[in-house]
Amino acid sequence: MEIILQAKNISKRYGKVVALDNADLELYKDEVLGVIGDNGAGKSTLIKALCGAVQPDSGEILLDGKKVTFASPIEARNIGIETVYQNLALSPALTIADNMFLGREIHKKGVMGKVFRFLDQSGMQEIARKKLSELGLLTIQNINQQVETLSGGQRQGVAVARAATFGTKVIIMDEPTAALGVKESRRVLELISEVKSRGIPIILISHNMPHVFEVADRVHIHRLGKRLCVVNPSEYSMSDAVALMTGAKEVPTN
Amino acid sequence: MTDVSKDLKGQPKFEKEIGKKTQEHVSFEQEKPNNLKKIQSFLHGNPTMVPVIILIISVLSFGLIAGGKFFSAFNLSLIIQQVTIIGILAAAQTLIILTAGIDLSVAAIMVLASVFMGKLSVQMGLPTSFAILVGLAVGAICGAMNGLLVTKFRLPPFIVTLGSWNIFFALVIWFTGSQSIRSGDIEAAAPLLHFFGERINIYGAVFTYGAFLMIGIFVFLWVLLNKTAWGRHVYAIGDDKEAAELSGIRTDRMLVSVYTVAGIIIGIGAWVSIGRIGSVSPTSFYEGNLDSITAVVIGGTSLFGGRGTIVGTLFGALIVGVFSSGLSIAGLDVLWQRFALGCLIIIAVGIDQWIRKISN
Repeated sequence: MEIILQAKNISKRYGKVVALDNADLELYKDEVLGVIGDNGAGKSTLIKALCGAVQPDSGEILLDGKKVTFASPIEARNIGIETVYQNLALSPALTIADNMFLGREIHKKGVMGKVFRFLDQSGMQEIARKKLSELGLLTIQNINQQVETLSGGQRQGVAVARAATFGTKVIIMDEPTAALGVKESRRVLELISEVKSRGIPIILISHNMPHVFEVADRVHIHRLGKRLCVVNPSEYSMSDAVALMTGAKEVPTN
Repeated sequence: MTDVSKDLKGQPKFEKEIGKKTQEHVSFEQEKPNNLKKIQSFLHGNPTMVPVIILIISVLSFGLIAGGKFFSAFNLSLIIQQVTIIGILAAAQTLIILTAGIDLSVAAIMVLASVFMGKLSVQMGLPTSFAILVGLAVGAICGAMNGLLVTKFRLPPFIVTLGSWNIFFALVIWFTGSQSIRSGDIEAAAPLLHFFGERINIYGAVFTYGAFLMIGIFVFLWVLLNKTAWGRHVYAIGDDKEAAELSGIRTDRMLVSVYTVAGIIIGIGAWVSIGRIGSVSPTSFYEGNLDSITAVVIGGTSLFGGRGTIVGTLFGALIVGVFSSGLSIAGLDVLWQRFALGCLIIIAVGIDQWIRKISN
């Protein structure tokens, strides 16, 4: 299989604290890579480095085999790496359609759009509606509903749909089920499989072992600032993974 | 034996059971939305309705109290004339409050700009159109300065504009030596400054050009806020600045542009204000800063940012005008006008808080 996103020997220090110590990560095309690790293991710093929120001190990030650097999440986004943040980064008082296109609005054609910068609101609503129904999210009937009137799971759905609309290469999801109930988590996991089936690889960071083990094709275990190992969830149990994560179990050599 | 399907490594897939089994035991009886809830969600979806309702109620009740005199075409048009300046200031203020900011210096900027217009054209004999352009530029620069202090130095807008209010006010007194530029002198040297004070009479209703300009500014801002990305970003920043930033909006640049646009609108207001009061007076509109905030708040815009409409502000300004006019026609002392406005502000903010609770 082909590697789409790769981190090589990434290091990041905050004063005396080493958050990342020559960490590696590989994401293949058409897979969901789960990333787990204890608190403080450096997994959020790793993810922040991949989505542009943190600039590593050393090491390199390769996208499609080409070295990339980004000074901000916006730059990462522009080359096709979308992130669904834990706080979702939605504007509650704006509508679903507004939120999906926030920061990359489509303008009208012709003079109205080019000179007067008018938005193509019906066009954006059309695309938003199409995307949401593609992902099976059209229980949200009104695309002009304000996001704050949606439930937690629906909001997550809007954030994922936004990422899927623009994430041409990779989608990173940070704790997508952390704030959700059992039923809504289920919906989001289905959504992850749905997005994966559309050929967009996903990096899933979560504390919820059952969720990671259910949807991930491979599980990256992070420990003490670097990758400890990558395991196949069908060969390892969750307790094995926790044991590896905490250091209670040695890394299997094979 | 219950048949819980097992997944990889023989772990039971508890969550997979959702949907197959009844979920009755976790659901509560759906609370039937009562009328109050319905009103709340209606107002949440239509934020402009609050000021509209207040405006209708106050017009009707003042009509009843003050009688036909209040309802005359002349009086109603007079109300619009009287709210022209506060309306324009409130329009600028709305932009800033929507970004979760506040501008205590709007009226001070306006007086400063009008002093430049008057000084350059009347006392220094420069062309009036040039003086007006300088006045607009002064408004833009003052606004941009507030915006830069808010973004570059991360100072709270309240403090920045409290400071700049005093600075601009002091500059006005210094430039003018506390002297007004008299209406007669302006008429002789620079009649163009009085342009927006010109009146036209339509069936007994008297409108100034300034009133039309005010309406024009509101229409322009409505289009800007609702039809352009810039407008959407104003709301997004006020709603959740961090989320806006992560969505790729350059929030600092946006904020400076919002304060600058507000400054330009205030500069236009300065020109209108010369027409309205005739002279350029350094001590005029001293209460304009707070009055503009009053109009915005009564118009249903949230002081916490991200919520509100420009149309609401227009109604807010009209409500203030209706209250002053109605109460004075009814023969009440000015102090009761202020009393009533004070009550209205508190009620408006109370309603806003209540409507916002819907999301929780």
